[in-house]
Amino acid sequence: MPTSSDLTAEIAEQVRQAGATGRALEIRGNATKRFYGREARGEPLLMSEHRGIVHYEPSELVLSARSGTPLTELAARLAEHDQMLAFEPPYFAGEPTLGGAIAAGLAGPRRPFTGSVRDMVLGVRIVNGRGQVLQFGGQVMKNVAGYDLSRLMVGALGTLGVILEVSLKLLPTPQAEQTLTVDEPVTRIYELTEQWLRAGVPVSAAAHDGARLYVRLSGAASAVAFGSQRLGGQDFGSAERFWRELRDHRLAFFTCRGTESIWRIVLPAAAPPPDLPGAWINDWAGRQLWLRTDTDPAHIRREAQRLGGHATHFRGGDRTADVFQPLDAPLLRLHQRLKQAFDPAGILNPGRLYAPL
Amino acid sequence: MSERSLYRPEDTRFEVDIEALITRLRPLLPAEGLITHEQGRRAYECDGLAAYKQLPLLVASPETVDQARAVLQICSESRVPVVARGSGTSLSGGALPHPQGVLLSLAKFNRIKEIDPHRRIARVEPGVRNLAISEAAAPFGLYYAPDPSSQIACSIGGNIAENAGGVHCLKYGLTVHNVLQVTLLTIEGDQVTLGSLAPESPGYDLLALLTGSEGMLGVIVEAVVQLLPNPLTKQVLMASFPTVEAGGHAVAAIIAGGIIPAGLEMMDGPAIQAAEDFIQAGYDTQAAALLICELDGGEAEVSEQMRRVETILREQGADRIRVARDDTERARFWAGRKAAFPAVGRLAPDYYCMDGTIPRKHLAQVLKRISELSAAQGLRTVNVFHAGDGNLHPLILFDGNRPGELERAEQLGGQILELCVEVGGTITGEHGVGMEKIDQMCVQFRPEELEQFYAVKAAFDPQGLLNPGKAIPTLNRCAEFGRLHVHRGELPHPQIERF
Ligand SMILES: Cc1cc2nc3c(=O)[nH]c(=O)nc-3n(C[C@H](O)[C@H](O)[C@H](O)COP(=O)(O)OP(=O)(O)OC[C@H]3O[C@@H](n4cnc5c(N)ncnc54)[C@H](O)[C@@H]3O)c2cc1C
Ligand SMILES: Cc1cc2nc3c(=O)[nH]c(=O)nc-3n(C[C@H](O)[C@H](O)[C@H](O)COP(=O)(O)OP(=O)(O)OC[C@H]3O[C@@H](n4cnc5c(N)ncnc54)[C@H](O)[C@@H]3O)c2cc1C
Repeated sequence: MPTSSDLTAEIAEQVRQAGATGRALEIRGNATKRFYGREARGEPLLMSEHRGIVHYEPSELVLSARSGTPLTELAARLAEHDQMLAFEPPYFAGEPTLGGAIAAGLAGPRRPFTGSVRDMVLGVRIVNGRGQVLQFGGQVMKNVAGYDLSRLMVGALGTLGVILEVSLKLLPTPQAEQTLTVDEPVTRIYELTEQWLRAGVPVSAAAHDGARLYVRLSGAASAVAFGSQRLGGQDFGSAERFWRELRDHRLAFFTCRGTESIWRIVLPAAAPPPDLPGAWINDWAGRQLWLRTDTDPAHIRREAQRLGGHATHFRGGDRTADVFQPLDAPLLRLHQRLKQAFDPAGILNPGRLYAPL
Repeated sequence: MSERSLYRPEDTRFEVDIEALITRLRPLLPAEGLITHEQGRRAYECDGLAAYKQLPLLVASPETVDQARAVLQICSESRVPVVARGSGTSLSGGALPHPQGVLLSLAKFNRIKEIDPHRRIARVEPGVRNLAISEAAAPFGLYYAPDPSSQIACSIGGNIAENAGGVHCLKYGLTVHNVLQVTLLTIEGDQVTLGSLAPESPGYDLLALLTGSEGMLGVIVEAVVQLLPNPLTKQVLMASFPTVEAGGHAVAAIIAGGIIPAGLEMMDGPAIQAAEDFIQAGYDTQAAALLICELDGGEAEVSEQMRRVETILREQGADRIRVARDDTERARFWAGRKAAFPAVGRLAPDYYCMDGTIPRKHLAQVLKRISELSAAQGLRTVNVFHAGDGNLHPLILFDGNRPGELERAEQLGGQILELCVEVGGTITGEHGVGMEKIDQMCVQFRPEELEQFYAVKAAFDPQGLLNPGKAIPTLNRCAEFGRLHVHRGELPHPQIERF
């Protein structure tokens, strides 16, 4: 049964007190992504009881919910109206919250075709490091009043503010969906996906596991039928499960052995596959690679950078070292000043994103 | 028109030694790149909001990134304000010069450096016109989606600074959704790359923060934008409604029906008449409201959606629906909409364009309230707008030569924006706050929120030199405006002197 409670005052008070004494806080949704980012430290600030859908207007394709709301609750509510979160947030083991999903900024297989987490954020309510409750953006589609501090929260891993509430743009659930597998090498994944898209095939995911190319089609029934005919390939029955397990890292691939860890490599369109040892799965039509390897981190970063992308040490490995690709000096300076602007005492998830933030 | 001073004392606290500044800038710039004489500076005294005028101290027009960086470094060292300018089409006074500052024109940065049809990207300099990108991409069957009505003139740098929108943003997103990477010069002269050609970049999303920041955080010297393939098929229809309210309900019903048209625009009776008189687009001048709806995609999908849209429109009381037969007719349906601003411009000596955005379900009610507010001020308002996004553009007609009319128009504009905030919307959807809507920011944001904005600004521009006096009001300005956002009856910041 969905529950609803507003803990704004308590959360703001805990942040104010931590600020007054300079104690670090570790913001926790349901800690399903605790493995992610650099090592967490600090007194836990629990968000999971601050929950509930505050506003949902299906005819507006807009939803506002408190950050502790479980994603499963949102998805169920949206499904009643044939709507969905466009970015397919991952459900790593457990009961992930909306706040954690926004703070992590991770998106599933649909991302290159329908948009990223930040693309769908319309507004937020946050507590900054001074314990002030602030509201930015709103529930409308277009809004340029003031700086866009809502989208800035996406992927900041809670280092700039505690997210209290988020307003998101939704999409109608596609009428029809079908997945096909095609026997083509991974080197053709971008080129083929482009050809299909330009021919009007409603591609909503394209991944390759080294053996086969998996293509999901979503849209009006007529468009999916057209795409299916155009692609050829084999119908892939239990596809929903495949995409879910890829999104949530439940495929066998994601199990590490020995000193292996999981890397996420993000690349520009049409980049060739990186020259790195290990096992991989290629998603986002070649723009997101999951790599399971025990290779030297510096080597992985150099290769990602050479191809115009970047690498994240996603799971495993040394969580006290850099997890995200290091920033150059002027950019890091801007990051430090921004952190200072939101959280002068440095109490919100210190060091979770980068050591100096 | 009015000769009021637009800047406040706290925005004009700079002490600039103009001779010393000219001596330092002169050797860095090409001969015509530094404009000091009044006649030359006069050309830059306003942007698209011509009611607001201000001569800049100097105009600098660099031709290379190194020159631009040197200008910024000198201004930073000498504490001289800088206002960046693309094409000067801003409707909010965003590019209005500062009386003590350098107007930095990016007009010479007008090269398209690369079109990569395979990756579907364009790498461009900031002064490149919006439409020029789509023209350069056209031979490859590609285009740049955000299409402001000013697209023949406005620059991509200005588009990013304003997060510009257009008719096709309903389906394809705003500028923020279509820019991959920006090269930015900070006021201190650092060059940073925000965003990436990959789907995301490490660290904070500074590209999203920069987009729509109105020249307050840095100067854009290069951008990489995403291109889209031309749609395979397009259909455009026009529907007439007997009342504006019915048209408003139809918009909400289409979106609620799970259909996202490529464009969904609305014009009210006076706008239809003005457009028809101006370019004879074949509009139904009997209608109280006209909806123009464009659907695009694969052939089967478009015809299926077309049937559903027609059904919805009839259910919502459309009394006439016309579907364009071919490209020529499609272009004609759009021509009236695209020429609506100049067409309305013929109805009165002056007009004032507002830009509030509201939840779509309130369209009907808000349009009604706007006509009541206009009547109370004794002014006429015409509506032409991005209905699918809930982005209103009420055009307030007035005659600036009649004493008091400009003030009444501004007052009405303010009331309309406050109405937008009241129903859960915002004071600006795409034109920016600039100088024009700066007082209404006091209504939309509380002092703590404004303070957070100042802190973000200071992170990029510690001395407050970029576009001072714009976009984010000082607490003193809000206090004087007398509309400090009062939260739960508590008067914020009692320590600030009330005027
Ligand atoms: C490296 C990494 C690996 C992941 N792997 C998996 C996986 O294997 N399976 C899976 O299902 N998901 C995974 N995720 C995704 C993540 O677990 C989801 O995004 C999830 O939604 C997080 O929900 P949570 O509530 O459990 O977040 P948490 O794990 O509690 O928090 C995630 C991050 O967000 C911050 N945060 C949480 N709530 C807030 C808030 N209200 N305001 C500000 N910051 C907040 C936390 O401090 C933390 O930095 C991963 C994410 C990352 C970054
Ligand atoms: C007839 C008409 C129709 C319009 N229709 C639309 C519309 O449909 N949708 C819409 O969104 N807007 C519209 N506009 C408004 C305007 O065209 C846009 O805001 C446009 O993005 C401004 O671009 P510009 O190059 O003219 O910028 P300018 O007016 O020169 O500057 C605008 C702002 O951007 C900053 N800026 C400019 N270049 C840079 C740079 N390189 N780096 C940093 N900051 C910079 C300036 O400092 C200023 O704050 C319209 C304007 C007119 C006159």
